[in-house]
Amino acid sequence: MIWNESIETMPLEDLKNLQSERLTKLSKYVYESCPVYKKKFDAHGMNLSDIQSIDDIVKLPFTTKMDMRDTYPFGLFSRPRTDLVEIHVSSGTTGNPTLVGYTRDDISLWSEVMARTLCCAGAEPDDTIQIAYGYGLFTGGLGFHYGALEMGLTIIPTSSGQTKRQLKIMQDFKPRIICCTPSYCLYMAEEAKELGIDPRKASWDIGIFGAEPWSEAMRGEIEAVWNMLATDVYGLSEIIGPGVSQECTYKEGLHIYSDVFYPEIIDPETGQPVAEGEDGELVITTLTKQGIPLIRYRTRDIVSMTTEPCKCGRTSPRVSKIKGRTDDMIVVRGINVFPSQIEHVLLGIEGTQPHYQIVIDRAAHELDQVEIMVEVGEKIFSDEIKQMNELSAKIKKEIEAVLSIGVTVHLVEPKTIERSMGKSKRVVDKRSL
Amino acid sequence: MAKQLTIFMENRPGRMKSISDVLLENNLNIWAFTIQDRGEFGLMKLIVDKPEKAQLALADCGFACVLKDVLAVTAEKDQPGNLDKLTTALLEKGVNVKDAYGFVSPKDRQGICLMEVDNPNDLGLEETIAAHGFTLLTGKELYEL
Repeated sequence: MIWNESIETMPLEDLKNLQSERLTKLSKYVYESCPVYKKKFDAHGMNLSDIQSIDDIVKLPFTTKMDMRDTYPFGLFSRPRTDLVEIHVSSGTTGNPTLVGYTRDDISLWSEVMARTLCCAGAEPDDTIQIAYGYGLFTGGLGFHYGALEMGLTIIPTSSGQTKRQLKIMQDFKPRIICCTPSYCLYMAEEAKELGIDPRKASWDIGIFGAEPWSEAMRGEIEAVWNMLATDVYGLSEIIGPGVSQECTYKEGLHIYSDVFYPEIIDPETGQPVAEGEDGELVITTLTKQGIPLIRYRTRDIVSMTTEPCKCGRTSPRVSKIKGRTDDMIVVRGINVFPSQIEHVLLGIEGTQPHYQIVIDRAAHELDQVEIMVEVGEKIFSDEIKQMNELSAKIKKEIEAVLSIGVTVHLVEPKTIERSMGKSKRVVDKRSL
Repeated sequence: MAKQLTIFMENRPGRMKSISDVLLENNLNIWAFTIQDRGEFGLMKLIVDKPEKAQLALADCGFACVLKDVLAVTAEKDQPGNLDKLTTALLEKGVNVKDAYGFVSPKDRQGICLMEVDNPNDLGLEETIAAHGFTLLTGKELYEL
């Protein structure tokens, strides 16, 4: 079923009018309520009267993670703390954490988009849902909780961890829907087998997985081992938490709720929009949020987007699975390369997160050379030279298909790639630019 | 069945030494070894007296390595034409040989041929080889040479 049929199947022209109306209101709202945005707009040399239609969005300045950190805790909010009914904090590995807050209406919005998400994945009003995302400061658990509550599902708020209990609850109460991280779902399958439970006979028919990158190969594995439909959910706490976009049962991209979260795909270098279908950074404007509305927020996630109508009837654009992150982008021969693109390829081939390193070099008057070192771990080691050759050729072919530039792949011994704090150093740029 | 230890090794100075260091530390004796070269990396194949111990020791040191069943074939008498007879036997069973190497037994100076094939545990294989006058050594027989 479609949760909000009038909005989710709205003709594109009407949708555009709604977005235009909301953007005009939003830009006025943040300019008047948030001193940080007033300053940003003024510095950008723009007038509120410039914003008449959704197409004028390109005239507005971007908001970045740095803006959130610099104004920590409440600088970027458009409402006083007393109007907030809930706040969430994400752990920051560097500097300040990221704080987000919700007014009562924002919680209603979150409930609405999460109800859409659940229906999009195939949930029906009589279903029982097991929510194995963490409850707490992380937005995963509560986001699903609000959506399920809105839909009137029976909620089992197991939160994350305690795998044996998760499995017992699944067997006893027979929920049809499970939501958790995809890797945890695979982990539970292993545990189930050890306990003598046949995962193929589990009650779960639908899985809603997100909060970490996962490959199509991993989807295949989950669907086969649990005999379920595995769908992808996307979200980030800065925008709302989970509930920004979700795959429908056709699994051909994630429907983004563009009436409330307006998406743009830009070239992360130039900030200019890319052509439809091309890879770029996802930028989102929260058209109706009150507590901490964000204008053109740079998600740093690399995706592509299509406005082609979907077989399910929803008219919202569809965004691809995350193909990379802009954080560690490198430019090689004029092409943007994201280490995570390479990681995704390797993830798809090996079904495991391998250690790799990208070395970029340039001899005098020559083109940039890209070498990719991949550690030969237990999973990818074969005792036959022929298979090792095939593996190396396959990695090369798939990486070249993704990056559109030629690379050399070297298989190296385990633990030979330099580690910093347990993580491999992903990029070594030897070019003297 | 005889076990061969296959180790992934980068093709640069010092890599063989790092493997032989581990073998020495664990007092392992090598009967035979060969290296398959692929340019920037190679696979080192080893027949040692305690293959499981060697695998654990190497894996502990971070080497990518596996144990694999191989055929260890010996002839009753060392004479011209043995290899031809053996390959005839293998052809009869339609066996594809992926890699092979040999060494001479220190005990009775018998030639021993080690072969990587698709299905080394194929039940009829040992009989066919025996019918052509060869013996398939078990792991124990091989390690106790």
